[in-house]
Amino acid sequence: MSGVATDAARGVPLSRGVISRIVLPFVVLALSIFAWHLVVSVNNIPPYVLPGPALVAETLIQDWPILWSSLLTTLLTTFEGFIAAAVGGIALALLFSQSKWLERALLPYAVILQVTPVIAIAPLLLIYLPQQTAVVACAWIVAFFPVLSNTTLGLNSVDRNLAGLFKLYGASRWQTLRYLKLPAALPYTLGGLRIAGGLSLIGAVVAEIAAGSAGSGSGLAYRIAESGYRLNIPRMFAALLLLSVAGVVIYMALALVSHLLLRRWHESALRKES
Amino acid sequence: MVLTAHTSSEIAGDSAIRLRGVTKAYDGRGVALGPIDLDVQRGEFISLLGPSGCGKSTALRIVAGLIAPTSGEVNVAGRDASAQTGRAIGFVFQEPTLMPWASVRDNVRLPLTLSGISRFDADRRVDDALARVGLSEFGAAFPRELSGGMKMRVSLARALVTEPDVLLLDEPFAALDEITRFRLNNDLLTLWHSLGKTIVFVTHSVFESVYLSQRVVVMTARPGRIHAEIKIDVAGRDENFRTSAEYAAYCRQASLALAQASDMKAVS
Repeated sequence: MSGVATDAARGVPLSRGVISRIVLPFVVLALSIFAWHLVVSVNNIPPYVLPGPALVAETLIQDWPILWSSLLTTLLTTFEGFIAAAVGGIALALLFSQSKWLERALLPYAVILQVTPVIAIAPLLLIYLPQQTAVVACAWIVAFFPVLSNTTLGLNSVDRNLAGLFKLYGASRWQTLRYLKLPAALPYTLGGLRIAGGLSLIGAVVAEIAAGSAGSGSGLAYRIAESGYRLNIPRMFAALLLLSVAGVVIYMALALVSHLLLRRWHESALRKES
Repeated sequence: MVLTAHTSSEIAGDSAIRLRGVTKAYDGRGVALGPIDLDVQRGEFISLLGPSGCGKSTALRIVAGLIAPTSGEVNVAGRDASAQTGRAIGFVFQEPTLMPWASVRDNVRLPLTLSGISRFDADRRVDDALARVGLSEFGAAFPRELSGGMKMRVSLARALVTEPDVLLLDEPFAALDEITRFRLNNDLLTLWHSLGKTIVFVTHSVFESVYLSQRVVVMTARPGRIHAEIKIDVAGRDENFRTSAEYAAYCRQASLALAQASDMKAVS
């Protein structure tokens, strides 16, 4: 009898967890789509002001070839920006950890790059760089800072006793980096990368919009701007939807990578004890 | 730093650790330690006993070469401590100090990896060290999957894997429950008997120091100096010794010395 009781007791929080984490967001989604549909149909709002959800879905299917190729363009830019941000951010953090002088000399400029709104830098970059390079550069500028600052934090959070142990056994600089500092910084770096993924999408979109107004480009952001000029509001919504989905997928993919790398040892990846 | 030049021939043949006039001062806080003179014979098991903050951990770290003395001379296994390669010393910290991202095997292998020994050659020694602390079956486990006592055993195995002449332990069992501590005390004694290493054990527990060591060195606080030395001259150390009148008498003697040492701090 007691076995049944514990099973039931264990079963309840589990199913509650599933409901709150997976079912609940979808219920909210369905309700808001229904509300959206009601608002549009009851008020007879014309599609060039606010298209209903059905029309957006229809446009998504109808314009799929255009939207798909635009999505790929944007994703490629995002990916290039993200890789550049990851490599650049981690490399800078490593340089800074090896030399305080370099850190003091360069960190202020990293901060300046970070705090200047990228939308204001993008037009300048488009003048000086080839378009695709400029767009990737924008994505990089927005995304590298969280990688840099998180990795720096991680490299500085090494357990002091472990550092002492490495000293005791005469570890070289390279060995300390390879066996101690990099693994210790990994959870922090992964946190930075998770933020950088979303930010590089934002950077790519901002740069595409800046480039699009200059008359060229074919990414999703450009499609949104173009559809805006042509009052093709349903396509704007469809493109926007794709961008959001892309952002969510990027975040989830990075969260998954982070979980797989940390699941054996880091607190953040462990199941909570109930 | 005043270092007197000494060739190894000048050092007594069987002295494993030799401190002469060792002090440590920190900027703005004056002298924290010393001057200290201390000799530890080869194969001897001594305890440094003292109140918290008396500099006993500092003394141990100076012996290990982890921090440099402000003045004085440190010799470990016939060598100047500043020239330590680390291979002659095993160090166990108060915390297990394991790399959480590495398996037990990789943690124990670390000192060998750092000295460039190939994985193949290291593996046998890792097996050996794990067997000595009774963790042969836990090589693939990660530190977080182990209990506090087991983590401490891994730490001990890591200190033993280089087959050091000298083993330095900095309050290694302070954070463990009493049952686990007693068991590890016995295991440490067994290791000492079978390996014959020189052991310096830092603790603030009178009972632990008397139970484990051949000599208890009692220290005063601020500055940390040697106040008294008590020789614990007993043949067998086991659970019977722990409950014997002899043990109680030694503990009383050590407690008194410790109380005096603490009072001296209050007076000065």
